[in-house]
Amino acid sequence: MSASDVVATDTPRTGPSGPGPAADPTARSGPRAGDGTAGTRPVKRKLTGREKRNLRMGLLFISPWIIGVTVFVIYPLIYSFAISLTQYSGMQSPTFIGFQNYIAAFLDPLVRTAVGNTVYYMLLAVPIGLVVALLLALAMNRNVREVALYRTLLYLPSLIPMFALSFIFIVFVNPQYGIVNQFLGLFGMPATNLLGDPQYAKIVMIVMAQLGAGNAALIYLAGLRNIPDTLYEAARIDGASRFRQFFAITVPLLTPTILFNLITGVSGAMMVFTEAFIMTDGGPDNSTLFYMLYLWRNAFSYGQLGFASALAVLLFLFGMLLAGLIYWLSRRFVNYDVSAG
Amino acid sequence: MAINTANPGAQDLGQAPKLKSRSNYGRNADGSRPTRVSAWISRLVMLAVLLLFSLPVYWMIISALKTPEELAQFPPTLFPTELRWENFYDAVTVMPFWTFFRNSAIITISVVVFSVISNFIVAYGFACIEWPGRNKVFFIVLATLFLPFPVTLIPMFDMWAALGFVNTFVPLIVPALFAGGFFTFLLRQFMLQTPRDMLDAARVDGASEWSIAWRIVFPTARPAITVIAIFAAVGTWNDFMGPLIYLQDEDKQTLSIGMEVFRSVNSQDVQFNLLMAASFLVLLPLVILFFIFQRYFVSGITLGGFK
Repeated sequence: MSASDVVATDTPRTGPSGPGPAADPTARSGPRAGDGTAGTRPVKRKLTGREKRNLRMGLLFISPWIIGVTVFVIYPLIYSFAISLTQYSGMQSPTFIGFQNYIAAFLDPLVRTAVGNTVYYMLLAVPIGLVVALLLALAMNRNVREVALYRTLLYLPSLIPMFALSFIFIVFVNPQYGIVNQFLGLFGMPATNLLGDPQYAKIVMIVMAQLGAGNAALIYLAGLRNIPDTLYEAARIDGASRFRQFFAITVPLLTPTILFNLITGVSGAMMVFTEAFIMTDGGPDNSTLFYMLYLWRNAFSYGQLGFASALAVLLFLFGMLLAGLIYWLSRRFVNYDVSAG
Repeated sequence: MAINTANPGAQDLGQAPKLKSRSNYGRNADGSRPTRVSAWISRLVMLAVLLLFSLPVYWMIISALKTPEELAQFPPTLFPTELRWENFYDAVTVMPFWTFFRNSAIITISVVVFSVISNFIVAYGFACIEWPGRNKVFFIVLATLFLPFPVTLIPMFDMWAALGFVNTFVPLIVPALFAGGFFTFLLRQFMLQTPRDMLDAARVDGASEWSIAWRIVFPTARPAITVIAIFAAVGTWNDFMGPLIYLQDEDKQTLSIGMEVFRSVNSQDVQFNLLMAASFLVLLPLVILFFIFQRYFVSGITLGGFK
């Protein structure tokens, strides 16, 4: 696969000279989920003109993104990488120090703490978030008259900016009079300062994040509405239970949406920041010192822009690695083929 | 009289089975009782979840209606004893609310329109045209989701300053013209489910890619496009950092910044009731917008020809 991939990018140039290399791109697209019609294509094997036309059209359609990614992503990334190789406070001009910032990042125990906290948050918040959002979406998709109300009420907390929600939650978890503690008190839990306890502070933020599940739920909802009703009708005629319908129709056909929510969930969890910034400022005992918060501190409190840029570049590389892993794994379970129904 | 006393019992016996067979109460085939109970359980769960999710907003509203004295009470009251509606009036007059509102609206509407158009076009290029290497190029779109925002902060400001666009809406609006990231990814995921036969049939009929995109794919992707429009609206309306960095004059500020000005004016004692009143007013247009647009999730697909 990988060998033919390399050839494939060159085919538009070498294509017309011989049918051999020109056949590669069509052969390659066969096993991919997105290119479902590959089976009917070999007839047009010699039509590299069509391949060329498609390439031209494709690039034309994505041209706004090409400009955008160059200006808003690649340029700042190069800029950041350049700064990460310097000692730079933002005041004096930067001095080149090579990879010392990166070495310092690997030796810094606080970076290790921050990575640990972020990974802990990610491992809990992402799977919980995926399930909660799917349940919300199923509730938002109920066939009842007041469904608009369900949708709006469930989406409401997602409309509150995170900083405002953080303020509200500070009161909710207050050890003396907070609603959360009063509720836990019903089950005999003693009043605890949840945000002041390293054991619970991260958990509070993971729970709070679920109030923002409405965003992911909307995406699921759009996905649910994309599933043709005919599939359910057929299943009902065959006597499939609702449970069975959910796991045999809904979940498989939602896999592209689940992939989307998984990747955005991971990228969001990787950069969790605001709630810790406002609610705990990284405490207690650095238990909510997330990677992004530490990065932010280095950049804007400690005036170490070089070191912060190194942290940012490392975070980006790690994110790409994760995205690649998820994307690669997704080819096995993501199903785009709805037309079969 | 005697007939009357005798009849009810007979009628009961006669009618009960009739009712059952006619309206098929609670899906008899699965056992009627458990279904009805589970329906009530799911309704109860629903109610609990709705309560839980409405709690922050409820708390925001009651705080917005409290007098400063009641707000200072411990423990806080769940039902305000005295409703102070003037909080809303004060929140609007402490800052130039309507100027900020107009600025927010201009920026938000522009961003929503541009984002929908540009992301749709780009996603079409990734999902509906099969060109060699597209999956590899698409991975770069994915990768951009993992770009930490401080990375872009300083370089972007330098760039807009060099171009002379600081203190204008340009840095806040123009990036929306160049699709990318979440929205393109989201739309692509949905468009990949468009039946290929439909696109190929249109191509055979001689339709241009452009007209296929707008006439066939755009209507089918409507639920996803609605999601994008909502996210773009919410994100821009609530955006704090963008306006904070790029806008300087007071008459150019947005509502989210206005709240900050409002907070720092009273920095000695943050007037939480006024802050919450302002937050609620800022939230309201989004809620109304969402309430109107949520119906597009329902009407999306039937136009598309999947059925």
